[in-house]
Amino acid sequence: MKVTGKGRLKKYIALLLAFAAALGTLTSCGSSESGGDTEDQEGYVQTLTVEDEEYYTRFKGKNVSINVYNWGEYICAGEEEGTLDVITEFEDLTGIKVNYTNFATNEELYAKLKGGGAEYDVIIPSDYMISRMIKEKMIKPLNYENIPNFKYIMKEFRNLEYDPENAYSVPYTWGTVGIIYDASVIDIPEEEIDWDILWNEDYADQILMFDNPRDAFAISEIMLGYSLNTEDESELVAAAELLKKQKNIVQGYVMDEVFDKMGAGEALIAPYYAGDALMILEDNDSLNFVVPKSGTNLFVDAMCIPASSKKQEAAEMFINFMCEPDIAYANIDYICYSTPHQKAYDMLDEETQNDPVRYPSDEAKQNMEVFVNLSDETNLLMQSLWTDMKSAEDENTNRWIMPLFLVLCLLTIILVLVRRHIKRKKDIF
Amino acid sequence: MKILSKIYFAVILMFLYVPIFVLIVFSFNETKSKSVFSGFTLEWYEKLFHNRIIISSLVNTIIIAIAASVVSTVLGTLAAIGINSMRKTPKAVIMNVTNMPIINPEIVTGVSLMLLFVFFAARMSFQFGFVTLLIAHITFDVPYVILNIMPKFKQMDPNLFEAAQDLGCSPVRAFFKVILPEIMPGVVSGFLMAFTYSLDDFVISYFTCGSTSQTLPITIYSMTRRKVSPEINALSTLIFITVLVILIIKNIVESRSAKRAASFRGERA
Amino acid sequence: MKKLKFFSAPYLVWMIVFIVVPLLMVAYFAVTNDSGELTINNISDVGQYANIFVRSIWLALIATAVCLVLAYPVAYSLSRMEKHKQGTMLLIVMLPMWMNFLLRTYAWMTLLGNNGIINRVLGFVGLGPFKMINTSGAVVLGMVYNYLPFMILPLYSVMEKIDKSVIEAASDLGCNSRGVIFRVIVPLSLPGITSGITMVFVPAISTFIISRMLGGGSNLLIGDLIEMQFLGNAYNPHLGAAISLVLMVIILVIMTIMNQFSPDDQVLI
Repeated sequence: MKVTGKGRLKKYIALLLAFAAALGTLTSCGSSESGGDTEDQEGYVQTLTVEDEEYYTRFKGKNVSINVYNWGEYICAGEEEGTLDVITEFEDLTGIKVNYTNFATNEELYAKLKGGGAEYDVIIPSDYMISRMIKEKMIKPLNYENIPNFKYIMKEFRNLEYDPENAYSVPYTWGTVGIIYDASVIDIPEEEIDWDILWNEDYADQILMFDNPRDAFAISEIMLGYSLNTEDESELVAAAELLKKQKNIVQGYVMDEVFDKMGAGEALIAPYYAGDALMILEDNDSLNFVVPKSGTNLFVDAMCIPASSKKQEAAEMFINFMCEPDIAYANIDYICYSTPHQKAYDMLDEETQNDPVRYPSDEAKQNMEVFVNLSDETNLLMQSLWTDMKSAEDENTNRWIMPLFLVLCLLTIILVLVRRHIKRKKDIF
Repeated sequence: MKILSKIYFAVILMFLYVPIFVLIVFSFNETKSKSVFSGFTLEWYEKLFHNRIIISSLVNTIIIAIAASVVSTVLGTLAAIGINSMRKTPKAVIMNVTNMPIINPEIVTGVSLMLLFVFFAARMSFQFGFVTLLIAHITFDVPYVILNIMPKFKQMDPNLFEAAQDLGCSPVRAFFKVILPEIMPGVVSGFLMAFTYSLDDFVISYFTCGSTSQTLPITIYSMTRRKVSPEINALSTLIFITVLVILIIKNIVESRSAKRAASFRGERA
Repeated sequence: MKKLKFFSAPYLVWMIVFIVVPLLMVAYFAVTNDSGELTINNISDVGQYANIFVRSIWLALIATAVCLVLAYPVAYSLSRMEKHKQGTMLLIVMLPMWMNFLLRTYAWMTLLGNNGIINRVLGFVGLGPFKMINTSGAVVLGMVYNYLPFMILPLYSVMEKIDKSVIEAASDLGCNSRGVIFRVIVPLSLPGITSGITMVFVPAISTFIISRMLGGGSNLLIGDLIEMQFLGNAYNPHLGAAISLVLMVIILVIMTIMNQFSPDDQVLI
């Protein structure tokens, strides 16, 4: 069966877009320089073909809805002409309504789930968070009979350390962390850029930093030569010290705000996930992205079903749908991350397949470390070190704020007393 | 002095309005840039009307605001009548508790309700969503309704109600014929206040909304945390125009009725 | 009217379940740990964040002071306008407040950026660029912008009631204009000042949106700290409850101080 991409845009918008596409401004990742990617050329409309249509129509007319909780900018929403709007395609095909909402960090997802109340049916956490959730029984085993498309997942992405029996998760994407920087201002050869640039005082107030503890600590740990999964208290404290030192020159702590800030040239340097970084590069020609040689984090994000979900079958249908080759390709082509999906990988153009940023060689992977879940004590320690670091004052403001505040309090009290005194005197006369 | 104060007034108005006008201007910007205007387009409005998440959260917001303000108006009106007929001490105690959601920072109210819902969600297996959101909104709306109604009782003759009953009205009839008309202005303004607070609330909803019932402010918040599309500017423009139209209509209606009242008084004199 | 007392029964139940119990839950969470044992650790842990408290109070105080200074002349000139103009002008001043608060803050994000509109305009004149966003100054600006109407409104409603003849009498009796302001208008508008201060200070001290959007995540306020413990990067509801508890105490203290200046106190002494 064939379902065409959407065609509801008004005529003039389509015209405008066609014009824009003709100008070559409307491109997908990786193809902006080459222009050789035929699939993103003008007029190309991706269509969706599913193998087993019957499988997907079981819930038609039954008024089922599922809640999907995903990272921001992490699905193809059909914003570019000719691409698939994945959620709408799923709803049209299955008749299941999707409540699609976003989170910004693994920790936020954890808090929202742990808090109780909120019900989600599909979530997409990263590796270490998945193993934490398995340990705390927050996600449930999947029924792989309902996810036949799991067969497309590459062997090397099955049974990974975070889910050794692969009972709980279906990998969605993977990727690395690197540095986005403005090459028009920063005059350092690409090969020489390493994490220490984030501590370079020449770029004070032009540096953005991760707004979540795990990723921020990882950078600091690489700098210090520690393991990314260290549980050693003194090492963590040292890493936190390093982050504290960086704080004075950091412009802001961001997650997906990085899209706008780097895209608009608000800052010069930011560490971020490779896929998103490549998307940002499309918006701003002067930007460049490197994965530092000294090492980085390699992560896998996978789809899971929370233990509280009451719609496991519909959720598994969604996961299976995300593994349809056409859908997996549409997603990966739009979000620019790396795919563990064999068919989707095969559909990519050669240039992307050989892109060292998106698909690093095995040799390069030697230098990358995967997060594992830390013990509860270490998690707590990291959290409190993180809050400490974020709440630390700039040293130059700390000195006068406190005394001034005290003086102000004193003045208020004196004022109150004096006022009363004067009033009393007045009343006597 | 006069001119100086006029200039000052103008500067303050500029301070208040420039950011909003900038938002409006850039809703027509052809590119996504937030500081360079490159050309006119209506594309973002088109996209906005096709953005399902925004539309559904707008519908949600309106449903919640209407439901919460209606329930809290009924609840609050009854409460105000009851509280008014209490003795001094219980009255003072209840009014102090009622004031709490107003005095307390929103975040504390939000967190406290979240803890309550979490506590019950864990034990009674219900989910955060429409119901929790509605309860939260009613909770912070009712005090405003009560506070709007209470002063009206001070202007009312406390014997009217009994007089009506002595003259043969049933208590229910007396309530509708005597008390309600007297406090009606307070009820209406309380309702409107509750409605607008509900429409605009972010903090309390943020802590109590769960996964399914997103209100517009929550959607706006998550929009500002991602790659920001100028749809947000288009949305601002539409909200601004809606508010402007409503307030102008309200102003016209009010000034007309004031004039009518004035001429009526004039005739009688 | 005594029978009417029972009208308030539904509200009383509501009040206890959704206002009193949740606040008790906050207190309960603040003094227990995950396994439900009593502990004082959470509250003593709050001491670690004393600097955040100091900064929040400090920034909120500055914002309140700036609001007061900016709003006072506005409210005064509003209240001295001709009656028919007052309504319209008040509407114009209050209109921005009806826009969603997140959108208004977002507007400042686009204005203050390093490549934002202000820096671009200054660039044309040959100034700057200045670092404006992600500073505590930007956070204060955001507070002032968002809460200024909360200061203007109570000031205006008090000043509007000041009789013109009082002012005339004062100047007839030999008061110069400064004397009129400081000996007549300021004392008479004191209730407006106190309620304006609380209406600005309380939301300012507890905000987490303004500091997140304009402070760049490095100018944490109490609100951020609480939000972090419940829905953010450091999940620990017990600590979050303890911080909320301390925040409530601070606000209680501020309210007591403000009550010292309220007119009741003038009557009492």
